[in-house]
Amino acid sequence: MSIVVKADAGARHLLSGDEAIARAVWEAGTRVSTGYPGTPATEILETLAQYPDLHAQWSVNEKVALEVALGASMAGARAFCAMKHVGLNVASDPLMTLTLTGVLGGLVIAVADDVGMSSSQNEQDSRYWGRFAHLPVLEPADSAEAYAMTKRAFELSEQFQTAVLLRLTTRVCHVKSLVALGAREDRPAAGFTIEPARWVMVPANARRRLPLQLEREQKLAAYAETCDLNTEETGSDFRVGFVVSGPAALHLREAFPNAPLLKLGLGYPLPVERVRTLAARVDRLVVVEETEPLVETELRAAGLTVHGKDILPRIGELTADVLAPPIRRLIGEPEPTPTSAPRPAAVGGGLFPRPPTLCAACPHIGVFSTLFAMRRKVVIMGDIGCYTLGAGHPWHALDSCIAMGASLGMALGIDKAGGKSDANKAVLAVLGDSTFLHMGMQGLLNIVYNRGNVTTLILDNRTTGMTGGQNHPGTGHDVHGESAPRVDFAQLVEALGIKRERIKVVDSYDLPLLFRTIRDEIKVPEPSVVITGRPCTLIPEFERRTPHQVLEDRCTGCGNCMDLGCPAITVRRREQRVLDGETFDATFTTIDSRACTGCTMCVSACSHSAIVPIANAPSTGACS
Amino acid sequence: MTALSALNILVCGIGGQGVMTAAEVLAQTAIDHGFDAKKSEVAGMAQRGGVVTSHVRIGPRVLSPVIAPGTVDILAAFEIAEALRWCDQIRAGGRVVANSQQLVPPVVSGGLYTYPENAVGLLHTAGTTAGFEVRVVAAGDIAATLGDRKLINTIMLGALADSLPFPAEAMEAKIVERFQARKPALAALNRQAFAAGRQAARA
Repeated sequence: MSIVVKADAGARHLLSGDEAIARAVWEAGTRVSTGYPGTPATEILETLAQYPDLHAQWSVNEKVALEVALGASMAGARAFCAMKHVGLNVASDPLMTLTLTGVLGGLVIAVADDVGMSSSQNEQDSRYWGRFAHLPVLEPADSAEAYAMTKRAFELSEQFQTAVLLRLTTRVCHVKSLVALGAREDRPAAGFTIEPARWVMVPANARRRLPLQLEREQKLAAYAETCDLNTEETGSDFRVGFVVSGPAALHLREAFPNAPLLKLGLGYPLPVERVRTLAARVDRLVVVEETEPLVETELRAAGLTVHGKDILPRIGELTADVLAPPIRRLIGEPEPTPTSAPRPAAVGGGLFPRPPTLCAACPHIGVFSTLFAMRRKVVIMGDIGCYTLGAGHPWHALDSCIAMGASLGMALGIDKAGGKSDANKAVLAVLGDSTFLHMGMQGLLNIVYNRGNVTTLILDNRTTGMTGGQNHPGTGHDVHGESAPRVDFAQLVEALGIKRERIKVVDSYDLPLLFRTIRDEIKVPEPSVVITGRPCTLIPEFERRTPHQVLEDRCTGCGNCMDLGCPAITVRRREQRVLDGETFDATFTTIDSRACTGCTMCVSACSHSAIVPIANAPSTGACS
Repeated sequence: MTALSALNILVCGIGGQGVMTAAEVLAQTAIDHGFDAKKSEVAGMAQRGGVVTSHVRIGPRVLSPVIAPGTVDILAAFEIAEALRWCDQIRAGGRVVANSQQLVPPVVSGGLYTYPENAVGLLHTAGTTAGFEVRVVAAGDIAATLGDRKLINTIMLGALADSLPFPAEAMEAKIVERFQARKPALAALNRQAFAAGRQAARA
């Protein structure tokens, strides 16, 4: 159990932003918390699920998560939901109307932007949602602020009867710092009251709510002018002042410790008059915000002269080393002499990269080495998950990655476009179990309905792999790991209209069968689904077996096992060999017995029976 | 570390080596000794065999959780090529404590790239050129002798222990405490690994 779950009120602990938020949500008396896994927000709900006295759930997607949280709020309960930035795109439909109804029980939506894009497909700025949906946005800088602002967010939510956005970034979620903890409040739910004018957003009712939404926004703007969520620092060097929010505030204080600044904890609505007061005290005003110039644009519209993205980057984190040079140039201060060591020659630039790769025995390896073998005959629309790594070395067998479940729609589009170069190719959609349940079902139904010719591969590894192994409706377990109803993928896709004879469930370790199955299904001019069912190697369901070895006297150096892309197989030596009068580069391999778990995929890749189990080897070797 | 500035420790390695756990132990021990500390990592997809780094900043009060380029006081490198990758972040007068072990990624064994020859020698040369101290420990060999690859991070913490603003024994106690709570059977082995790492760094 996480230390933050057990910790007593008054204790101080080193916590990540995610853990601190979870603790604050629990302390706020929240009764319902929801989410869908997504880096860097995943750990918020994972931590919340450890508290026995609130309901936590992994929802099938973020839209459903927000709707569940809204329902709880309508019943008077404090409710919370967490997601990554792209998740709020999915949840934006309810978001844009719940801003009209407002809330009853406090409703806080944590949305984590991946500034710097460590693990995301884009770098969007979720502060836009505050403007778009007329909702207040809180922007903590570190764990202690994340904790305090989460509690304040619930109070604000109830005071102004609005959902509150808690805008996080990777640098808040995944940094650990000290947080002092409190106790849980008791917040019973009063229950749902039938009130159609409030909750039934037909045009007549919604029209009456519109002015209330704008009135609320004005009240929040007035609140921003006085509230202590926004803080001024007087400073002593008046050459430049700053308006700053989020973790950039910490970087900025380090780079310019004596500068006057206004730190926005309530990032929207803006306290324009407080900015005006600061502007009058300094020679120049710079807006420091990650990532889009939202505050800057609004301040300019209010008639203020400010710098911002004219001198600072619009991409990535605004760390101290990024901030200092352009701001020094602005105030005409010379660059300090660099103290860093010169990069030693022949060390940095020439060094090999170390890209992430699939694990030894990962069931996706079988799928992508099979797709690699038929590479010229297929277009492969991909999706979001570990299997996106199929785009990389050595498979190069995944041709797109856009959004959750998008593989299916894109595949149908390529099919219907009837492009010249695609005439002799089959179109595949490849996605995982969790992604299919999140937003893939609709895409498959759409393929069936529109009579598309797409072969869909559902890589069911029984977990949400890339985010660290979270449960979903296909795993048979809930967020706590307790037994839960488990969807049957074959039955599900049959219900969506895939013919029973076009649904194939295969073992992804059985490479010949997998190859034959995909080859046969892509020939059939109608939608088909191939489901692979081996579990992820990182979950308890995975079974380690006897590690294997390469028998040197049988290995011919053909290198076929290397083409699998298993990280446990490495080259022992290379040499030139002559076969039937032709010279070829022979690659002799070896298997790391500590990493090998005996999946036997390489056994079927080896036509010389050179890969065999290690006699007397323990079947459960230590393996990272 | 002066009264106002922070001690910057960059821990680097490969997904699965225990980089983040080691960084957490460093930060925890610092806090137990009355320091402020922040620990930051952007591991991303690194769990799948990629590069992992963790920033640990220790001081009276730490603001930014990010170590500015070229201001690393101590680089703790869990793999020798990673030491080469990150050594340009060390300030003049700083120190690297590196595991001499070589972990070859698939892009190298597949023939796309080569692993640098004599990586330990290159690191020493870099240290001489750029003015940082180099300490190399064979944490991989020590772990193999002790019988568990997962001991690398404890061995490396032992190797770092005499470079920190708190007693080595405090960090050892922190590691043992963590194992007592989760895997008590491994507490004694980790104590041994810590001592072996500490000894190796002194040699």
